[in-house]
Amino acid sequence: MTEQITEATPMKDTTRSLREARLKKRHAAEKRFQWYGRLSIAFGIACVLFLFYDIISKGHGAFFQTYINMEIEFDGEKLGLTPDSSEEEIRAASFNSFFKKTLREKYPAAETRREKSQLYAVFTSDMPLILRDMVIADPSIIGTKQTVSMIADDDTDVYVKHALGTDSDISRMGDFQRSIVDDLHQRGMIEKKFNAIFFSNSDSREPELAGIRGAITGSFLTLMVTLLMSFPIAVATAIYLEEFAPTNKFTDFIEVNINNLAAVPSVIFGLLGLAVFINFFGMPRSVPMVGGFVLTLMTLPTIIISSRASIKAVPPSIREAAMGMGASKVQTVIHHVLPLAMPGMLTGTIIGMAQALGETAPLLMIGMVAFIVDVPGSVTDPATVLPVQIFLWSDSPERAFVEKTSAAIMVLLTFLIIMNSTAVWLRKRLERRW
Amino acid sequence: MSITSLLLVILLGTVAAYFLGDARSRQVAKPIGGVRHLAALPSYYASMVSLWALIPGLAVVLFWSIFDGPIIESLVRGVLPIETKNLPPEQFGLVMSQIHNIVAGVGSIEQIGLEYQPAVQRLQSLEKVSSAWMPILTIIVLVLGCLMGLAAVTAKRNARYSVERIFNITLFVCSSIAIFTTLGIILSVLFESLRFFEKVPFFDFVFGTHWSPQIAIRADQTGASGSFGVIPLIAGTLLISFIALLIAVPIGLMSAIYLSEYASTRVRNIVKPALEVLAGVPTVVYGFFAALTVAPSIRHWGDAARDWGAANDIAWLAGLSVSSESALAAGIVMGIMIIPFVSSLSDDVINAVPQSLRNGSFGLGATQSETIRKVIFPAALPGIVGGVLLAASRAIGETMIVVMAAGLAANLTINPLEAVTTVTVQIVTLLVGDQEFDSAKTLAAFALGLFLFVITLALNVIALRVVKKYREQYD
Repeated sequence: MTEQITEATPMKDTTRSLREARLKKRHAAEKRFQWYGRLSIAFGIACVLFLFYDIISKGHGAFFQTYINMEIEFDGEKLGLTPDSSEEEIRAASFNSFFKKTLREKYPAAETRREKSQLYAVFTSDMPLILRDMVIADPSIIGTKQTVSMIADDDTDVYVKHALGTDSDISRMGDFQRSIVDDLHQRGMIEKKFNAIFFSNSDSREPELAGIRGAITGSFLTLMVTLLMSFPIAVATAIYLEEFAPTNKFTDFIEVNINNLAAVPSVIFGLLGLAVFINFFGMPRSVPMVGGFVLTLMTLPTIIISSRASIKAVPPSIREAAMGMGASKVQTVIHHVLPLAMPGMLTGTIIGMAQALGETAPLLMIGMVAFIVDVPGSVTDPATVLPVQIFLWSDSPERAFVEKTSAAIMVLLTFLIIMNSTAVWLRKRLERRW
Repeated sequence: MSITSLLLVILLGTVAAYFLGDARSRQVAKPIGGVRHLAALPSYYASMVSLWALIPGLAVVLFWSIFDGPIIESLVRGVLPIETKNLPPEQFGLVMSQIHNIVAGVGSIEQIGLEYQPAVQRLQSLEKVSSAWMPILTIIVLVLGCLMGLAAVTAKRNARYSVERIFNITLFVCSSIAIFTTLGIILSVLFESLRFFEKVPFFDFVFGTHWSPQIAIRADQTGASGSFGVIPLIAGTLLISFIALLIAVPIGLMSAIYLSEYASTRVRNIVKPALEVLAGVPTVVYGFFAALTVAPSIRHWGDAARDWGAANDIAWLAGLSVSSESALAAGIVMGIMIIPFVSSLSDDVINAVPQSLRNGSFGLGATQSETIRKVIFPAALPGIVGGVLLAASRAIGETMIVVMAAGLAANLTINPLEAVTTVTVQIVTLLVGDQEFDSAKTLAAFALGLFLFVITLALNVIALRVVKKYREQYD
């Protein structure tokens, strides 16, 4: 017996130690596995945070614009105008040479051609026109001295925002221009103000004058067309498929089509729009109407699928009760099923609209990439949309446009966040659990 | 009168018809003892009358706007000089559009020649007639329809039946739009592709290894012969999609596993929507991120590695060159974009694995990770594969990220640090801007579109079938 024990103990010890070692390994594997999961999630969240950080850090500057407050004497003689001049006379006056002359008087140090052009380049190239519009608005300022808040050129703007007082050479300015800006800064004439231009102007070749108003209007018009087309069609389709469709091959075929359309790449819808709406039906290019049609076809599957789910969620007892009271099938659907399914349908529609708002590729195909300065007034005016504007600006070489692009992205993301949180709120608030 | 205001008139007429119908049905009901004695409620009679007005009115506008143009065109054609009629179609179209421009007030008749004077006058008068008569006819038809509808309001007639039938037909028509969309896609890409294959042989397209869609402007030009070999595009697309999946699949899958098996409800409720944010960010934003943040930093690190390699005599590192538009940047960002896609699909399939399998595994003493790796993962594998296929089709069809970050150079390479181009990039590049519709260059975009459509469709069909089969297994 003692022998047995003495024999057994070492064996037992080895099994135990083996088992414990294996258990330790298994538990370590368990820990490791959990850490893989945590790291994956952390990576995902880090991507979200970094993306937002990157955009905001690049774009927040664009919400401010550099202005130069300068006293300008609207000398009637230089302009050849009197306070009584008519509008045509003011329009005919050369504000360009007046503006340049005024600047040269303020900075007589500018002697060579190059220095002079650098002096003018401190300000936006539209400055003479802005002065002219000021005079047209109020001719009585002729002959007086006015402090004008002048818009700085994009290079000046970038320099003031990022490189003032440093040696870094991020802006494309010449030395003379830089010395003028430094001087203006020392005299306290430079001021950063909220960039209202960004929201009130449309696209421009000059970064300091470019804004997103046209793009936002275009997006709004396009989305309106999309909403007006897709919501009724999607709801009708969902009702038909859930409530009326007979179970046959044709119904199956419709369902297969809807599911496949949901997965077709968006650029294909652009090809469809180009070939069918523009070439076959001869609709104009670059207009919100065609954009809306294309986006309608693209968002239909999304809205149909979520609308069907919310119709399905209405319990059969409601339908049976209505039928029992003598309602027809159509009455049951319109009076009872539809109102109960509406919150879910609206949620799906908002999500579909958010998708449409962010969509770019199909709109490129139907020509909504044109450079458009005017704010579109109707769905048949040439327009561009916010994501396409972002795409266009991101291609521009000027450094100032990077800032504008990021700011436009921030505006776009804000709209998307509002839409998506409305959808979530609506779902929480109105959806009933049976 | 513009179409918009005419539609507004129709709408007003419909509303008016509704109230007339309502009043008429009550009038009919009065002598027989109230609305109870009608076959249907007054609102149904009202709806019936308004539909009687609306449908013919809309039909007139629709047919008029469709046939107006061609009919006027053929009438104007009749008064054109005979030599103009015999022009080839493109030149004839040019003449017609010049005539249209003159009528619209752009240009003058002297610019194209006085022999077109009768045609211009003809067009002018016809357009006048057309724009004057369309609203008049529409309103006449609308009123007539309304009157006929009112005449149909009788106590015996059950208006509900006709209204409900129209309702049903409307629903049916709306749901068949999905079919027409698919049909439209197939026909548009197919026809243009066939025209493309008339110009470029099919096998040159499918097996060609050189892509440069520039067409010679002069016949004797060299170097711009235009070759349409699709292989480099496919290779580029696959390379970028592969990088994207390499990132998205492990991360998406592991987060789905952690969230559904380990995380507490509170953590899940916070983390899941946070990850979903990635799915809601527009692709153009990812493109900007890839082009302006990720690609420059990859290049920066690549250059740093090369310098370090050169300093330490590591030959392969010293020879490193990173393109500023690398496949890697586009692939990484695209991978980030499809993480939530993979994770939510995997989440669904993991949750569909029955609890009994887990309990059985725990009962045998397996740890949780062993259960996941050896029981749940194999059980969920078909669903996960389906999800990965769907993610792959997403990646192949993704456009904006690659347009902005992947570049245009059609290199046939598997080096992720070089610039490659993809099918979608070429579709966009070939079609953006002005284009004429019969050059091989434009038509090539449609051939690529057909290719893309077929590939994504096939991937989706396979994926859905796999997922469905798997679902049935546990239902």
